[in-house]
Amino acid sequence: MAVKEFEKPTLKDYTSIPSVEKDATSHLAPFKSKEEFQSSLGYPGELVDNWQEIALDKMGDLLKKYRSLRVYLDSCMQCGACTDKCHYYLGTKDPNNMPVGRQNLMRGVYRRYFTLPGKYLPKLVGAVDFTKEVLDEWYSYYHQCSQCRRCAVFCPIGIDTAEISMAAREIMDSVGVGQKYCNEIIGKVHKIGNNLGLPEPALANTLEGLEEDVKDEINIDVKFPLDVKDSDVLLITPSADFFAEPHVDGLIGYAKVFHQAGISWTLSSHASEAANFGMFIGSYDNMRKLALRIREAALELNVKRIIFGECGHAWRVAYSFLNTLAGPFDFLDSRYPVPQHICELTYDLMNRNVLKFDKSANDDMTLTYHDSCNVARASNMGDILGGQFSVPRDIIKATVNNFYDMEEESIKEKTYCCGGGGGLLTDDLIELRMKGALPRMEALKRVVDDHGVTHMAAICAICKSQFSKAFQYYGFELDQIISLHQLVGNALIMNKKEL
Amino acid sequence: MLEVNGKSFETDEEGYLANLSDWEEGLATAMAEADDIELGPDHWEIINFLREYYEEYQIAPAVRVLTKAVGKKLGKDKGNSKYLYELFPYGPGKQACKFAGLPKPTGCV
Repeated sequence: MAVKEFEKPTLKDYTSIPSVEKDATSHLAPFKSKEEFQSSLGYPGELVDNWQEIALDKMGDLLKKYRSLRVYLDSCMQCGACTDKCHYYLGTKDPNNMPVGRQNLMRGVYRRYFTLPGKYLPKLVGAVDFTKEVLDEWYSYYHQCSQCRRCAVFCPIGIDTAEISMAAREIMDSVGVGQKYCNEIIGKVHKIGNNLGLPEPALANTLEGLEEDVKDEINIDVKFPLDVKDSDVLLITPSADFFAEPHVDGLIGYAKVFHQAGISWTLSSHASEAANFGMFIGSYDNMRKLALRIREAALELNVKRIIFGECGHAWRVAYSFLNTLAGPFDFLDSRYPVPQHICELTYDLMNRNVLKFDKSANDDMTLTYHDSCNVARASNMGDILGGQFSVPRDIIKATVNNFYDMEEESIKEKTYCCGGGGGLLTDDLIELRMKGALPRMEALKRVVDDHGVTHMAAICAICKSQFSKAFQYYGFELDQIISLHQLVGNALIMNKKEL
Repeated sequence: MLEVNGKSFETDEEGYLANLSDWEEGLATAMAEADDIELGPDHWEIINFLREYYEEYQIAPAVRVLTKAVGKKLGKDKGNSKYLYELFPYGPGKQACKFAGLPKPTGCV
């Protein structure tokens, strides 16, 4: 495919901090969204004439609405703690991909129009006019941030660059400059119910096919129910689980867990997507509209519980915002967490001995685990301190004999983004994606070399797709990335009889 | 816009055909040539299956649906993604869809 050639980073034994190369990736910018995608989200179709005025009004609104944004823009003391913490900086060497560099693109405009010294003495305080050139720079570099929030872990005052990049994208959308990848996808969910645009008949056909596959393989009638009213559980999972590999092996794992535990469950054709790209573009309205589909499906299907499948940012939205976006969920069974993560379900069942595993089923693999950024830095599992780290690892350790963590600086709250999060998993940003994957690939290479690790498990659809591509790029095999629930499905000891 | 045999075809930024009904075999051959692929009978099996499936369901088939269909038609040893990646190195979902005139799959794939 016509991908522009770019210099391939070499995997080093240890991640090193590169020397700055100004404008190294200033040429990168994703395709812009066309009018049809923009208008379905309530945005102008193209750059409006009085864009500067509208953009500054929008920025003023956001500064009032989100006090955090103003605090982040005001309080940075340019200490430099964040400079070497972004995977995109480490992979691209572009100083605008240092978190502080990225923030400063908005900070300059903020100071010019929203602070007293910036209004009168702009040059003294680094304030800049909001010109078309600055807008273009925003478009490029605010689409070189995967909103993973690793920088915020190291910032002494906790500045969250993701929130700044979300605000920047919202401001750009409001003047008609949107990103094709995110906005086309959001439009598809509004219209069809999922990111893929998978209509109900195709979904039903795909699920029937999976029932046949599992039956062929283990001779047990594991069901993949769709739109079954009065089920106990509504499973909300990324549509990639229906479509792509290794995602689908995770879906098969969830189905086996439900089957073995005797829990009645269903998918919904109305809410056939866990992902919520409304967050990536900083749009509360779109995020809410997407989340409401889940509420509607839960009411329509009269379920008692909502469980989320393996999707990183979906779990952030679900864990942190679902109740305020689409609640109250007082119609659900209050004995269970609302919502619950599939890992929490499996973990609980495993601890109660409802699920039993034969670890030897996974003996052909030696595993490591990639913490997905949104799960690691914006959520929890199992109501346990650090449960978002320990619950998935405990499941892996219960289902495999061979597990090794990557080095501490690259996992848990310090995990590196896969390189494709935050709405950047698109081929027009392939250079950024491959370069941004570098720190994770280096950490992986070390456990491969030192411990013979053969596979990496993840619980995020974006991570899985991104690694399928990055693994091939850096000399691994595409099938070395697997779904966590694939391990569960492999090792689960299943009864032949119907429960 | 793509020019093939003196005819022009409307495409999107990434070279995917804008109108499914414009598709013809020569177009697939030309797109493949641009990607340094010579289409053989095995490629055509996949391309034709994609088009048939799309006609019925208005979406490309999931990878498993595709590998299963290929396995049934061409033998079990070929019913896997590795085989499909050999035919379409940039990924069966994206590259094969492009040659078949289908829109690019969107989402976390």
